[in-house]
Parts: sequence; structure tokens; C-alpha cells
Amino acid sequence: MLWVELYHYWVFAILLMIGLFGVIAKRNLVKKLVGLSLFQSAVFLFYITMGKVDGGTAPIVGMTDSTDVFSNPLPQVLILTAIVVGISTTALGLSIVVRIKEAYGSIEEDVIHEKDRAE
Amino acid sequence: MVEILNIFIMLMLVITALAMVSSRHLFVTVMLSGIFSLLIAASFLLLDAADVALTEAAVGAGISTVLFLGALALMDVEETTRGVRRIRMVSLIVVAVTTIFIVHATFYMPAFGDINAPIHQHVAPWYIQHVPIHMDIPNIVTGILGSYRGYDTLGEVFVVFTAGIGVLSILGDPIKNRQHRPAHNRGLRHYLIPRLVGRMLIPFIILFGLYVQFHGEYSPGGGFQAGALVAAAIILYALLEGEDKALQVIPMRVLYIMMASGALLYGGVGVAALLMGGNFLDYSVLASTPVAGQQWGILLIEMGVGLTVTGVLITIFHAFAARSNL
Amino acid sequence: MDVATTLGWLAAILMLIGAFFTFVGGLGALRMPDFYTRMHAASLTDSAGPIFILIGLMLISETWLVAIKVFTILVFLLITGPTASNALASASLLAGNKPGLANDQSEAE
Repeated sequence: MLWVELYHYWVFAILLMIGLFGVIAKRNLVKKLVGLSLFQSAVFLFYITMGKVDGGTAPIVGMTDSTDVFSNPLPQVLILTAIVVGISTTALGLSIVVRIKEAYGSIEEDVIHEKDRAE
Repeated sequence: MVEILNIFIMLMLVITALAMVSSRHLFVTVMLSGIFSLLIAASFLLLDAADVALTEAAVGAGISTVLFLGALALMDVEETTRGVRRIRMVSLIVVAVTTIFIVHATFYMPAFGDINAPIHQHVAPWYIQHVPIHMDIPNIVTGILGSYRGYDTLGEVFVVFTAGIGVLSILGDPIKNRQHRPAHNRGLRHYLIPRLVGRMLIPFIILFGLYVQFHGEYSPGGGFQAGALVAAAIILYALLEGEDKALQVIPMRVLYIMMASGALLYGGVGVAALLMGGNFLDYSVLASTPVAGQQWGILLIEMGVGLTVTGVLITIFHAFAARSNL
Repeated sequence: MDVATTLGWLAAILMLIGAFFTFVGGLGALRMPDFYTRMHAASLTDSAGPIFILIGLMLISETWLVAIKVFTILVFLLITGPTASNALASASLLAGNKPGLANDQSEAE
């Protein structure tokens, strides 16, 4: 049963590439940011997936007395902070998009390029 | 049985992601990204990451959606250009080829959940073994976050702080921007039922936030989650009653102080450890016994994290909200 | 049959009923003719569905603490779900979206 052991990674690959497609193919700046956050979420999922141990529980001592097997807490620590940093940087990107909209009157890349060329 | 649930959620994730990227209407995209966040939070929970799931649910589904909507209020919600066909084809090919490469690489990965995978061999077992000894707290994630990887977390807090300053300097001071606009934004005042229910819920959300903050050593939680929850409560208040009322409750000046003092408190704990004869961010010297010192240190730095995250998230919201009608 | 087994069966039945309501709600949200009827169906998934599922979960929870936590979730869901539906419906009505079936009736008369 190879696919049961690996399908989590495949979902990660697919999500990552959907996000990448959003970033490189879409011309709308907000759409690019959404693609970027999808890409980010895929990486989060990858880390958490690697930390999972079969038959393990959440790494909190004494929640269940039956098991001593915990999933790996280290990826969880990294991703926990990364989520909050991710929203902060996304907000930074959004604020730049807002300023671009105010300066150019559009958030479509093509329109912005045309205006740049016209000047 | 859990495997079936896993596969179902993974399928939903892929479908939602496809719909997010292909939808032409940005409003739909943002709403779908909220659903995506909830789904991925459920998936984190199934993968034993309770802390991460709590963070993702509060940040991704709550605050991120509100921020995107606040930004969309300032621009067109319709995606007008479709882009050059050739570029779309080329990027499709690039994406497909890269997917094949990554999937090929996964065949050399250790199987999902394999306890003999390299990631579970080195530092993680040491952490799991030593958190109860060094700190005597049940939540291993909080222990690693606050103490063993304290430098890392300090860096993250400063990144959040810097992002807050960045948004402020790009969008401008919310108070100055507000002076230019007509005072017609009264929130949801004419919607009686959502307003009353919202008002009733806000104290419970803040209470839950405080619980998550101060119970973070014993159950899933900590400064990051609590900051996001409290910020969500204040943003909900601002949406219901209008930003003027929210700014009366927590003025911008207080938010600036919260942002700075949280980061300062974290760094200050590190310096205090230095002055008391230990290493930077080595909490063992803070109290009479090393274990008590570690507990005090983690409690204090989590408070710093909570303050900064709350302050930054509310500030970012006000910065976007004040920009509309400018 | 001892108490635990009876409770387990009862919980299973309740959860199946809840799952049924959730399924019907999802089906209705896809198949109903206009916005308001669709919303009515969708609101089943956060009222009737969770009531049965969460009561079922309460019956099989191991400790009292877990049961009380689940009950609290139920209370909050019962408060927020209908509120969300109400906000959605009134926002749609304010935006000028008239219920479709009412129009059909007036045309028939």
C-alpha cells in the first residue's frame, strides 16, 4: 500500500503547485498574494505531516495516560510561529497593493505596465 | 477510520485551492481562503498538531479573511484581465513538470508516520524527554517555543513587530487618515440581532483568549494564539460598532505601546537573565530553582508575545479601515 | 446490555441522525431554487446537524469535563449559527435580492 504512505506528500506537492501557478500566471495582484499564501499553507502542511508519528498523540504530557508516543513537537513549534508571521507579511503585501491601486487606479499587472510605459 | 477522514479533508483542500485560484471574483476567492484555512486546521488537528490548528483557525479563518476583505473594500473585486495565453500555457507546463519532480522525490521520503524517519531521531526525542525535567510543564510545544528555541521565537516576534511598523509606514497613521473621512461608518448599528449577539460573545472570546494565554503551558495555547483571539474580539467589536467606538476602547496610542512593550518585555527577560549571571534568554537563573526560573521565563515571554501580536494585528486592521474613503 | 453499550448505541443513532441533517442541508444548499431557500437548507448544517452530533458525542465522552466542553460548544453554535443566517439574509434583502418564490406566486395570481 504505497500510496497510503505517501499521499500526504502528493497533496502537499499539488497544493504547492496550485499556489505557484497563482503567483506566476495570474495578473491580478491580490490573486498573486492569495497564491502566495496557498504556497505557504502547503509548506506548513508538509512540515506538520513529517512530524506525525503513527499511534502518537499531541505532544502534551499527561493528556492521555495510555501512551508515551508523541508526535514530533519541533515542526509544530516552527509552523506555529510561521503562521502568525505569515499573516503579518501578507498584510504588508496587501498594504503595498492598496498603495499601488491608489497610484495607478488598478491592480491588474497589464494595466500597470501600460501606464508605466506611457509615462 | 481516521485515514478516510484524512483522505476526505485532503481532497477538499485540493478542490478548494483549485476553486480559489480559478475564481474570477476576488470576493469568492477570499471567502474560499477562509474555508481553506478551516480545512487545513482540521487536518493539522488530525496530524496531532493541536497548537498549530488553534493558531490557524484563529489567524487564517478569522483575521486573514477580515484583512483581505478590508483591502478589497479599497479596490475592484472583479478580475478583469485574463493575461496572455502563452504565459498561462508556459506556467502550466512549468507547474506540471515541477509537480512530477516533487512527486518523484516523495518516493525517497520515509513513509507517513514512520517512527524511524530521520526527523524523529535527533533533537526531538531529547526535547520530549527533557521538557518535563527542565521546565516541569506538560505542553512540550510551549516548552520548546519559549525556552529551547527562545532565540527563534524572539526573532519571529520582531518580524511581526516590523511588519506592523511596515504597514503603518506604507498606509499612514490611522488617526490622521481618519480626519479626512466623513463620519458615516457606524458599523452594523442597523443590524440589531448580529450586534446584540456579537456584543454578548465578545467577553467570552476575550476570556477564552486570556485562558489560552495563561493556560498555554498546560493545554494547547500560548501567546501567538491568544494574541490572535483577543485581536479577533476587538476587530469584531470594530465591525459591529464602527471603528470610532473601537478606538475609544483601545486608542492607537495604547496599541503602539502594546506593540513595542511586548517585544521589549521579551528582550528584557533575556537581558535580565544576562544580568543575573546566565546566558541570554537562559531563564534558569531567574528564580531560586532552575525549574521555577524556566516557568517564570516562559510565562513572561509568552505575555510579551501576546501583547505584540494583539497590538500588531489590531493596528493593521485600523490602518486598512482608516484608508477607505480617503 | 450494560449502560455503556446502550449509551454507545444511542450516541451512534443520534450521530447518524445529525449526519443525515447535515447531508440534507448540503444537498439543499446545492439544489434549492433561490438564495433564501438555499440559505434555509444551509442553516440546517449549523443547527439541526450539530445538535444531534454533539449530543451524541456528549453521551460517549469519557469524563464530565469533556461533556461540559462539548455542551459549551453546542450552546455557542446554537447562538452564532442562526445569527449568521440572520445577518446573511438581512444583508441580502438590503442589497435588493427579493425572495424568488414570492415572485412566482404573485405572477400566478
